[in-house]
Amino acid sequence: MSDSPAPATPVVPARTPVRRHHWIVRLTHWATVVLLAGMIASGLQIYEAYARFGNRGGPFLPSPFDGTQWPHWSRLGGWLAGALNWHFALMWPLVTFGLLYLAYLVKSGEWRALLFMPRDVPGTVQMVRYYLRLRRDHPHQGKHNPLQKLAYTGVIVLGVLAVLTGLAVYKPTQLGWLTALFGGFQAARYWHFWIVWLFVGFTIAHIILVFVVDPASLRAMLTGWYRGTPRRKSTGVRSCDWSRQAGRRR
Amino acid sequence: MRLVAAGGAAALTAACGWDGGRLIRPALLDWSRVNDWVGEKVFFSPTRLARTYDPGERSAMLPSYFISDMTPMVRDPEAWRLRVDGMVAQPLDLSLHELMAMPRASYTVKHHCVEGWSAIASWHGVPVSTIVERCRPRPGARFIDFASFDAGYSNGWDLASALHPQTILAYGMNDNPLPPAHGAPLRLYSPTKLGYKLTKYLVSMTFTDKRPGGYWEDQGYPWFGGI
Repeated sequence: MSDSPAPATPVVPARTPVRRHHWIVRLTHWATVVLLAGMIASGLQIYEAYARFGNRGGPFLPSPFDGTQWPHWSRLGGWLAGALNWHFALMWPLVTFGLLYLAYLVKSGEWRALLFMPRDVPGTVQMVRYYLRLRRDHPHQGKHNPLQKLAYTGVIVLGVLAVLTGLAVYKPTQLGWLTALFGGFQAARYWHFWIVWLFVGFTIAHIILVFVVDPASLRAMLTGWYRGTPRRKSTGVRSCDWSRQAGRRR
Repeated sequence: MRLVAAGGAAALTAACGWDGGRLIRPALLDWSRVNDWVGEKVFFSPTRLARTYDPGERSAMLPSYFISDMTPMVRDPEAWRLRVDGMVAQPLDLSLHELMAMPRASYTVKHHCVEGWSAIASWHGVPVSTIVERCRPRPGARFIDFASFDAGYSNGWDLASALHPQTILAYGMNDNPLPPAHGAPLRLYSPTKLGYKLTKYLVSMTFTDKRPGGYWEDQGYPWFGGI
């Protein structure tokens, strides 16, 4: 018996790691995590000094958090002045990393894969149908599915609005036109505050989806290399071709 | 990676209510100077006017603060004087009557407190620019130190903000004489600054070439306080 060794080529080709995230994307992603946490924590401390929205004597904008004191662990700065100094220091790197990320999206052309366009609406409906199990196979998609595009585009818009409402609250006299655009000083505070909870909601959904749908994407956001196969029932139309192409482009 | 995440979480937990400690707090205060510079040189305009309101839009209330145990009051309003000194060609010693005889400015504007509240009120008084014209600051005078009889409360101002057309020494509020709770007999007012920069119970304004501190500013609040 002289069995020849098994052929070196496996029947199913091993999934080769693909380059998914440019270092700018990874750097700005994790920097934003830390900076945004600091901004929210100092913001909650600032909120405490006047925990409602409206001129003194009213009327007040409706909010379930009127008079809320946030738990000690969630606040940064110790007191109003300390929190303000954190908030007004962290805003600089946060905006800088945000602009760096946007510049990268534009320069690399990746905005095409990320930006939600009107043509993504039918695909969104199909994705919703898939998630509601009204459709069995995973719809074909590029780098991101239309729901992801909607979420990532939405969070960028949210970031821009957070900065603009922040400026409107920061300089209501010098940037009076901007403050007026948001409905005045107290309304700008109101939007600035609610944007925080949209960020928090996005982050919770984002983390859950990473671990439930595609845990390998966490490593990709750390190392840049994607080595996983998303847990999906689909049999193949969906592919990672986008990333191979992207890898070649670099 | 889990270790990093756990370490980060531990650091965050330790950071609760944290002003930065011995290492970061001084850096945050230094950075606040940068924000002061940006506020003064980038955002502040010596000519842009704050939005004014109709007297009918005044807020139902405007809280008042002082640091003394009781509302600071002058015993004899006739004897009260505003002293204008420091780096000036013409030091002044002004009575309330003399101030009231000067050109008068009045407006209804929104008051912004650093805490986040706001309220609309009317104010009338003498533009600080009028005082500056009369005392003629010497070259090199870049700041004014506004001092009060409220337990030593004071504020340092840059000259450009003081010369803004809406920066006034107010002796009246909501068409009435300035009440003791709001700084009688004379207070600084400007819709270009946060409330804590608007010195009440004034006794003097001193022109200087060194940046004066202030009651809250020395405790860590932004020095420029411009809005």
